[in-house]
Amino acid sequence: MCAPPDDAALMPAMAPADCSALRGGDDCFRRNFRAEPLAVRDALRAAVARFARRMGPDDAGTLELTLAEVLNNVVEHAYAGLGAGPIDLTLCHAGGRLHCRIEDHGHPMPRLAAMGRAMPATDVACTDLAEGGWGWALVRSLTEGLAYRREGDRNLLTFEFRPACR
Amino acid sequence: MNLISEPGAGALILRVQEERIDAAVAIQFKDRLRELTAGGEGPVILDLSQVTFVDSSGLGAIVGAMKLLAPSRPLELAAMTPNVARVFRLTRMDSVFRIHATAPETALHVRAAG
Repeated sequence: MCAPPDDAALMPAMAPADCSALRGGDDCFRRNFRAEPLAVRDALRAAVARFARRMGPDDAGTLELTLAEVLNNVVEHAYAGLGAGPIDLTLCHAGGRLHCRIEDHGHPMPRLAAMGRAMPATDVACTDLAEGGWGWALVRSLTEGLAYRREGDRNLLTFEFRPACR
Repeated sequence: MNLISEPGAGALILRVQEERIDAAVAIQFKDRLRELTAGGEGPVILDLSQVTFVDSSGLGAIVGAMKLLAPSRPLELAAMTPNVARVFRLTRMDSVFRIHATAPETALHVRAAG
């Protein structure tokens, strides 16, 4: 099993959530960009910056991670072999939730089971540790109502992100 | 990928001078780490104090680097920011690495007081 010595569990603590931070009415962020890593980075930073003030740093970090995972999937899988096609990202804040929608024109998701995959195991030899495969498990654990559907030539992924403070 | 190598007491310190280890730079990160650790011995401590964001691609690159260095050179992590620590906790990879709360100082790297 791949594990460090027992004395090593020194993780920084999360700052407590500031529950006065989430406020404001209905509000949407929308951006269309090409499916390439630097464009994804710009888009998700802009999206997070738009809502960060209302969430506090902990939720903003979680949102950034969630969006990074779903957008990286589009770049790496949906548009694999097709070139960098367009991605439409829409985030609407309403009722204390962020309703997220990602649309692309890439390949349909071939194996829906991938979305339900568990977090890769850590109780294995170091040489057997996974170097990927966390994406959907992370997204599932950080969001609610994760749903995928194919509409014509488009992939639509929707989910809700609920900040800790409501 | 700006990665600075500093020989420390009993370990090589690699300071990541980037805010992000994400899908855009994961391959460069792993390549650069491989260059900087080639031919050496002893533990390698990755100073993550400047890194505010790691996604699963970045995590994969760090795990890949660890496997590359194993078994002769353990890869240890230091000074994780809360956002980065969360990814390791959620994926349980915090159970795999030795984690230091702070990054070691070296003669080359003396932090300004205050």
